[in-house]
Amino acid sequence: MPDENKKPGLLRRFLDTPPDSVGKTVVVAVTLCLVASMIVSAVAVSLRPVQEINKLKDKQINILQVAGLYSPGTDVTEAFKVFEPHVLELATGEFTDQFDVNTFDDRAAADDPELSVELTDDPASIGRQAKFVTVYLLRNEDGSLDKVILPLHGYGLWSTLYGFIAVEENANDIFGLQFYSHAETPGLGAEVDNPRWKSLWRGKKLYDENDVLQITVAKTAPPAGQEFHVDALAGATLTSNGVDNLVRFWMGKAGYAPFLESVKAGEI
Amino acid sequence: MAQTPKELILDPMVDNNPITLQVLGICSALAVTSSLQVAFVMALAVTAVTAFASMFISMIRNQIPGSIRIIVQMVIIASLVIVVDQVLKAYAFEISKTLSVFVGLIITNCIVMGRAEAFAMKNPPIASFIDGIGNGLGYGLILMLVGVIRELFGSGSLFGVTILETVNNGGWYVPNGLLLLPPSAFFVIGLLIWAFRAWKPEQVEERDYKIQVVEEH
Repeated sequence: MPDENKKPGLLRRFLDTPPDSVGKTVVVAVTLCLVASMIVSAVAVSLRPVQEINKLKDKQINILQVAGLYSPGTDVTEAFKVFEPHVLELATGEFTDQFDVNTFDDRAAADDPELSVELTDDPASIGRQAKFVTVYLLRNEDGSLDKVILPLHGYGLWSTLYGFIAVEENANDIFGLQFYSHAETPGLGAEVDNPRWKSLWRGKKLYDENDVLQITVAKTAPPAGQEFHVDALAGATLTSNGVDNLVRFWMGKAGYAPFLESVKAGEI
Repeated sequence: MAQTPKELILDPMVDNNPITLQVLGICSALAVTSSLQVAFVMALAVTAVTAFASMFISMIRNQIPGSIRIIVQMVIIASLVIVVDQVLKAYAFEISKTLSVFVGLIITNCIVMGRAEAFAMKNPPIASFIDGIGNGLGYGLILMLVGVIRELFGSGSLFGVTILETVNNGGWYVPNGLLLLPPSAFFVIGLLIWAFRAWKPEQVEERDYKIQVVEEH
């Protein structure tokens, strides 16, 4: 005969309560949330280091690609050591030691009111522009400058395009342009990733002999001539306009023009 | 509900396919089928989430208060989706970049909710798990079919391997750009549903109404 006075355990009593009582509803909801949140945060925290490495690697691969140094199978971390990263102050065009270049976060800086300015003339539709950006220098073996790799971004049709442009040591010839993050229409605007279109940029010039910015992405060549013209993408007028705007913005006075001037003068 | 595990797996493939018969999960089927690789990973992710969500929900099905059962199901599904998303970001970074928000949107995929509510709430954990796998695979099957058509004729490749050399890359094939845009998936899925129902006429739904015959000739 079971002992009538023996109380069942706490868990048993809980499991036997009808599910629809108020107490049980609250307990089930709270327990479930606790368990679920613990699992989710455990996974997020334990996988974060791998994810950070992936992100960094992805960025490094893109920098290597735009400099023409990447082929599948390259040891990214090793190959990336050829670059000399610097934090650049856009307004002066000079490098700054205010920040540690290894931890400086360009995107965070663009959101930080202290480190960015709100743009009034904003053709690239980026809202706020960071005062400081990370740029990468590539040097020849004798220490002279080979290329500079500059980050740029701006709005296309659906999304902000983030990319890099590689400029030769004469601060005028483009070596390559590449976007690593965007959400343009597949098959149309997303053709900015097409190797054939990207190869059009190589050898184009930014400024004419009077130092006027002439590079443009358009359907027809500008009067300045073919060497300043990259053919727009067929069927992707708005993305092409976006690329045109962002390249012209970042290569202009508000962007890298002061820096490129000192590159041209051989000061870097 | 005395189905064998084999039936639980095979039934959702053709006879009770979540996309073609129940017409669920269409949103993500539109978005991720422009390339096969992405569709494949998406199918795996949905299968994993459906299977485990059904299993966990089934485990606690007798304790879930009826008044908050949908929320309880959502919490379990959402947690699993976040886990899948984090794992993809860590171990398949390139693919997770292309999938972007659609992994997160598995939460709203009606198939997962549908199986939780229709099957897992009434069946034991192992059967629910197998049912989840079956429905995930049924979803994946349609995703792959649509993906083959869209990628082959839209970009001339399968799994990124060029089959039809496109004009853009110096070949002869002029790709059909429409197939890369979401609306084309509507057409392809519509045609697939038509094909399935022509093959299995018992899947055709009864009409909601009949035109009244006023005068018989």
